[in-house]
Amino acid sequence: MGRFANRRILEMESKPVSLSLTAKRLPGTSRTGHSLYWRYMVEPFLYLSPAILLIVSVLLMPLIIGISYSFQSIELLRPFNTGWVGFENFAKLWSDRKFWLALDNTFWWTFWSISFQFLLGLGLALLLNTQFYGKKLFQALVFLPWAVPTFLSALTWAWLFNPVIGPLPHWLTALGILSEPYNIMGDPDLALWGPIVANVWFGVPFFAITLLAALQSIPGELFEAAEIDGASAWQIFSKITLPFLAPMIAITVMLRTIWIANFADLIYVMTGGGPANSTQIVSSYIFTTAFRKLDFGYASAIAVALLGILLVYAVIVLWIRKKLVKI
Amino acid sequence: MAVSRTHPVLIAGKYLALLGYLSFALFPLYWLLKIALTPDQLVYSEGTSLWPSSVTLSNFSEVLFQTDFLSYFGNSLTVSLGTAALTTLIAAGAGYAFSRFHFAGKRLLIVVMLVTQMFPLLMIIAPIYKIISSLGMLNSLTSLIVVYTAFNIPFATFLMQSFFDGIPKDLEEAAMMDGCSRFQALRKVVFPLTLPGLGATLGFVFTAAWSELLFALMLISKNDAMTFPVGLLTFVSKFSVDWGQMMAAGVLALVPSCLFFIFIQRYLVQGLTSGAVKG
Repeated sequence: MGRFANRRILEMESKPVSLSLTAKRLPGTSRTGHSLYWRYMVEPFLYLSPAILLIVSVLLMPLIIGISYSFQSIELLRPFNTGWVGFENFAKLWSDRKFWLALDNTFWWTFWSISFQFLLGLGLALLLNTQFYGKKLFQALVFLPWAVPTFLSALTWAWLFNPVIGPLPHWLTALGILSEPYNIMGDPDLALWGPIVANVWFGVPFFAITLLAALQSIPGELFEAAEIDGASAWQIFSKITLPFLAPMIAITVMLRTIWIANFADLIYVMTGGGPANSTQIVSSYIFTTAFRKLDFGYASAIAVALLGILLVYAVIVLWIRKKLVKI
Repeated sequence: MAVSRTHPVLIAGKYLALLGYLSFALFPLYWLLKIALTPDQLVYSEGTSLWPSSVTLSNFSEVLFQTDFLSYFGNSLTVSLGTAALTTLIAAGAGYAFSRFHFAGKRLLIVVMLVTQMFPLLMIIAPIYKIISSLGMLNSLTSLIVVYTAFNIPFATFLMQSFFDGIPKDLEEAAMMDGCSRFQALRKVVFPLTLPGLGATLGFVFTAAWSELLFALMLISKNDAMTFPVGLLTFVSKFSVDWGQMMAAGVLALVPSCLFFIFIQRYLVQGLTSGAVKG
């Protein structure tokens, strides 16, 4: 559901300009026969009210309630143990070894997923920006993983890593990476790579689509001029393509980082956080605490901590971006 | 670009890369289909060979007629179609307002919608569960539709807005000069022109609702209200040795998403390009 976030941000950034333009182009209010008050305060909200109502009642209210839960003890399995507990949940979180392990796993999960998704996505976008036979069909087929339901990607990859019915353990053994064909998702040192590979498979099309759109917006004359001047393919790439793509890359990577850090489905289905919590990331830890243990107070405290960390990250990235743009 | 005119080695490399991407994208899906078609008695002996020596459709018929998958499939279809229709209707209204009106609180509303897309959705899983259980709406497909609709509205609104932005304002203004009310102009002039946009939004929301798992797990526990992902996961944890049937069910889950994907595929790059160029 958060697959499209970066596009929204881009539109948002282009908004102030287009807004001021539309304001000037608005037709005279007398034309429609309504007062200024009607046009600015009432009519738009007739179209907006269902959306506002749902967003407030299903997203914003629960968000506020969720934050309040983090200061309460709410365990469905112990219904008489309910009440306000101040910062007790957060104190427990601070000394929870599992939480720190999950934080560490979240970092590596996000880092490797985004690195591979980005590099492979950039390669695919560059390929799709050239001409070749059967391009339309090729594009449809390589984008297909993006349409596969998440739970199914997770199950498919879990099965591919299973030595009974999947080929991957045998191939890895033949390549000398594994000593014998076993399931890497049972090995605490390697288990996180299972979900990471599935995530890369699922996420490459997204990066390719976004970067391809950016590539196609580079004016073609630049490439023609460079070719006439005798620039090599590498020079064109490093002197024209990359600088043009840089802002797009920065914002896409930043938004995807947040999205991937929140993305628990693959891990929950493939490993359930195990073995021995070696694949538990913070968001899957929230889900297992809420769903398996029904401990809503503690789950909400973890969620608030994750929100805080992501906010700090976003502020730092935006600050860096501002610095870069000024120069 | 430059590659096409240079070295034959580079061209060979390019086609090798294309082949690499193609097999990476398709191999897992091929494997899913292969095991689904392999007869049960051959799964263990031929589980890891590239081709099955014989092929059967019995896994599919067993999944369809001897398990609850048909009911899961129906539930998922109800939820996804309901969500897609409701979201598109509401988002079309909101997107139209964003595209055509300049109103009090517009910027605030855009920021709120963006923020709802950034915070961890799992944060509200506990409150949503509490609210829905106090309303007595657990195990109901209606509550799933309402929740999914709210999740998808922000994105669908921005998508619809970009489609409305692409339709010249002069058209409806002319209709309004001729005596139509704004709503009449919207219905008779703008609506027919946004049909492709409405279709794309329907498709995106349908695929998103079709694959949602974690909230469905939380809110649905009764077998007859389970959606496909929940049903499949329950099946996997109960009968984890029946590989052929599990993968046949997986292939069936893939069908609706693939149909919608083929339909929305052409909007992907095109839609994103128009969004990106604007800035």
